[in-house]
Amino acid sequence: MIFEENNKAIYLQIADRICDDIMQGKYDSDNRIPSVREYAASVEVNANTVMRSYERLTSRNLIFNKRGIGFFVSPDAKEKIRCEKSEELMQKQLPPLFRLMCNLGISPDTLKKAYFDFLSVNGQSV
Amino acid sequence: MLNIKNCTFNYKRKGVPTIDNFSLRLEEGGVYGLLGSNGVGKSTLLQLICGLLTPDSGEVTLNGINTRLRRPSTLDQIFLVPEEIGLPALKLDTFISLNGAFYPNFSKEDMYRHLDTFGLDRNIVLDKLSMGQKKKVALAFAMACNTKILLMDEPTNGLDIPAKSAFRKFIIESMSDDRIFVISTHQVRDVSQILDHILIMDKSKVLIDRTVNEIQDKLKFLDTTDASLIEKAVYAAKGLGGASIILPNDQGDDSELNLELLFDFAVTDPERLNSIFKS
Repeated sequence: MIFEENNKAIYLQIADRICDDIMQGKYDSDNRIPSVREYAASVEVNANTVMRSYERLTSRNLIFNKRGIGFFVSPDAKEKIRCEKSEELMQKQLPPLFRLMCNLGISPDTLKKAYFDFLSVNGQSV
Repeated sequence: MLNIKNCTFNYKRKGVPTIDNFSLRLEEGGVYGLLGSNGVGKSTLLQLICGLLTPDSGEVTLNGINTRLRRPSTLDQIFLVPEEIGLPALKLDTFISLNGAFYPNFSKEDMYRHLDTFGLDRNIVLDKLSMGQKKKVALAFAMACNTKILLMDEPTNGLDIPAKSAFRKFIIESMSDDRIFVISTHQVRDVSQILDHILIMDKSKVLIDRTVNEIQDKLKFLDTTDASLIEKAVYAAKGLGGASIILPNDQGDDSELNLELLFDFAVTDPERLNSIFKS
């Protein structure tokens, strides 16, 4: 596995990846996620690195540790991650895009139409 | 615990020793990456650790027992994979039964499993193999001995790409709290993600001896074109249009360890590097 993302620490990238997997339903609520060592071997990183990712997810209450059994996905993890990601999109990712649109003179209506077109092409609704 | 206490070793009678009053402690549960420029004595150190060489002064102890005494109860806990592998003109099975006997936890099943993973046939004569194949046999055997201490000198040299990946998986899966793995290498990209402890050595001293977590807590590694950041760097390697830099990590913003850059920093300015860890 290749890790590259603005040189973000691998333990953070692994935590992000597990969040994505929870969002996409790969790991469901109350299901066990792979053990630290299993996960470490599958992505070929040191077990301490994965332990750090799991600790981070635990402190965010996205997973929890059942002593002697393993780590499990918290019941509300999916919703929590969705909220966090929406927040991040609004706070961090959209402002630079808005700045660029403003510079290019693109109106909010144009954006609105483009978003509706995107949704209908992909057969989705919000 | 492996304790190297004030070891000095010289291959010649006079002149500058290869290892000069060198001290280091290696604790159970660690995957240590041993780095250092050519000729600083990495391979010599590994041979001193396992009792192959006798220090002129000082000693190496494993759980308090001098490894140079070469007690069977010490030697059966240590395995060294040298950089260059010489194998005898024997069939694999003969080699296994002759040598496996020295290691109480040796497992023939493990040996066959590792050979399969490396894509090697069991029906081989060892001196007829290529360099890479010999390395695979040596590593498979070393892994199958299941010793507490596993010392590896450039283990990934000569391995093909899938074998490097298999090697990393092996290290991760077989690491446990009572074992010590030492990987001496220049091929930092092959192993940087499986290490939890970085040792960079110079002739007489350890330039840095820290866990990967400690390093990430204190230092931030970045590739940037931002001149103001480059200005603030404690170490910068300038390249085309930008630079790879090391900054103090004062924002709690953890980045991935760039071992090559850390190595350059440790070798060029060890005092500054250590002052960051002391502050």
